[in-house]
Amino acid sequence: MSELAPEPADQPSAPGSEWARLHPLSPLLKGWRVLGVLAAFTAQDQLRRGGLPGRQLLVFAAVVLLGSAIASYVSWRRRRWRVEGGDLRLDYGVFTRKSRRVPLARLQAIDVVRPLLARALGLAELRLEVVGHGSTEATLAYLTEPHAQQVRGYLLDLAHRPAAEVILSPHPSPHPSPPIPSWGPHDEAVLVAVPAGRFVASLILSASGAFTAIFGGAIALAFLVTPAAAGGVAAALLPIGATLYRKFTIEFGFTVALSPQGLRLRHGLLDTRQQTVPRGRVQAVRIVEPWLWRRLGWVRVEVDVAGYRGNGAAAAEERAASGVLLPVALRSESAAVIQAVLPGLDLAALRPVRPPRRARWRAPLSWHNLGAAFDAGWSVTSYGRIRRVTDVVPQDKLQSVRLVQGPVQRRLRLATVHLDTAGRRVHAAARHWDADQAEQLTDALATLARTARSHHG
Amino acid sequence: MPLTWLAPSHRLLALRRWQLRVAGLALVLGAVVITLFATTGGLIALALVLAAEIAAEVILLRRFRAWGYAERAEDLLVRRGVLVRRLSVVPYGRMQFVDVVAGPLERSWGLATVRLHTAAAASDARVPGLPAAEAERLRDRLAMLGESRAAGL
Repeated sequence: MSELAPEPADQPSAPGSEWARLHPLSPLLKGWRVLGVLAAFTAQDQLRRGGLPGRQLLVFAAVVLLGSAIASYVSWRRRRWRVEGGDLRLDYGVFTRKSRRVPLARLQAIDVVRPLLARALGLAELRLEVVGHGSTEATLAYLTEPHAQQVRGYLLDLAHRPAAEVILSPHPSPHPSPPIPSWGPHDEAVLVAVPAGRFVASLILSASGAFTAIFGGAIALAFLVTPAAAGGVAAALLPIGATLYRKFTIEFGFTVALSPQGLRLRHGLLDTRQQTVPRGRVQAVRIVEPWLWRRLGWVRVEVDVAGYRGNGAAAAEERAASGVLLPVALRSESAAVIQAVLPGLDLAALRPVRPPRRARWRAPLSWHNLGAAFDAGWSVTSYGRIRRVTDVVPQDKLQSVRLVQGPVQRRLRLATVHLDTAGRRVHAAARHWDADQAEQLTDALATLARTARSHHG
Repeated sequence: MPLTWLAPSHRLLALRRWQLRVAGLALVLGAVVITLFATTGGLIALALVLAAEIAAEVILLRRFRAWGYAERAEDLLVRRGVLVRRLSVVPYGRMQFVDVVAGPLERSWGLATVRLHTAAAASDARVPGLPAAEAERLRDRLAMLGESRAAGL
């Protein structure tokens, strides 16, 4: 039991090798909703009575306040964490003691999330993503901002070391463990910072933005004529507006920087979030060019990263915030970022193969933009007329290949080859190829992927 | 390289036929009851039921024949579908786990479905209606091949 043994601090500078507690203000940040409800309750009672709040209510509020304060203090006291034998160990629980171990060797990413209130207090939350688990595996909420950065750097560093070394690290090892490189934001090189003006313009020029603008104008006009009818139309617009607003707050102030651990993303208006896209964990990349952006040379870049899985609303929110590499950027800027996650990719060198002319009968609109290119390293496919989408799959990330032929395609001797990858955003496919060629392609892709894998493994 | 396609067991076809006929019989009985009250309407219903039954059997047979799987050196091929034809190529090295599933009806007929999972949700490769022994053989073989060729994400 390493817990009982007096721990020789082999890395005195390492944050997290000793038991540590979270920031004392954490319970307050987590429980502020309770306080809010209580305050609202009291205020509402006061309003109804039209005078001071009743004594009973004040007593009730005081009891609840005291009770929750004690409970959260005890739970804060009981929650502690440290790095132990290559795991992050988290002990918590008031009545039943629980201990959770997060294997750092399987760590995919660590996000630094700062909700608005925490930001005001200079605190941040660490979220650890581990491969193969349903949702965010462990959170450390909250740490002071600089401490969070330190811990993040330290944990990522441990995660990137060979497994054996990490496991041995708590015991005094004969080999001196490699010096931990300086962590923190010093060693970053900013690749792209999205200007706020361009970001806002890109939202307005997006399909839903344009829709909202046009209909918003129409509603304003209708309001002048018949105020009653306008209300209903405005309500119909609400969900689109909400989506836009969410996008705005999540993706505002986007910065992409290069760091030793991978690509570092910073974004968010109210709640800021800092993510690291680790090297080699990118499964596929998607480049989106909406119609209204094309003239301006703007693109959006999204990625599928291993980890960030799971279901439910919280996970969906997480995914929405986690898959974007660049919300809007010039094509030249995006090239640098794509180069960083997929080193060696040269989109210009790949000559796309067009589907035969008869595919026009099956895809009259998108035929113009259909194309697919393959080489030893990459598969690149594109589709879409109004919103042009280009999917890039590294050959060694290809999971399986599917050849699908619908009834119309069979008449036209066409078939589609789907390239399955882990993740939900990217869906690469050689659409509407000649049936015989598609069959050959299916075989060729399986071979290409296997060769690429054996080179890497 | 000659490719040997293996097919699901004919017992699967028999099971599905049997299911279809039980449902068909119920409908025929319904039509007969209608005939007792309204002769023309009942006869029309009876004809419709019989026509539907025949059509369903033909579709069933064609869909059954479309199923096939082949074990190649490095990957498993699964083909299926009549209207929409699909062929999945799943490399052994990409398989994360293999399931053998059998519902109560399938189990009583000694059948099982082998389902392959990769990290991609879209992969969706399954082979239904295998005799229990063959399903186990396939699962063990796939698991073994998957282990020897396993690649990380």
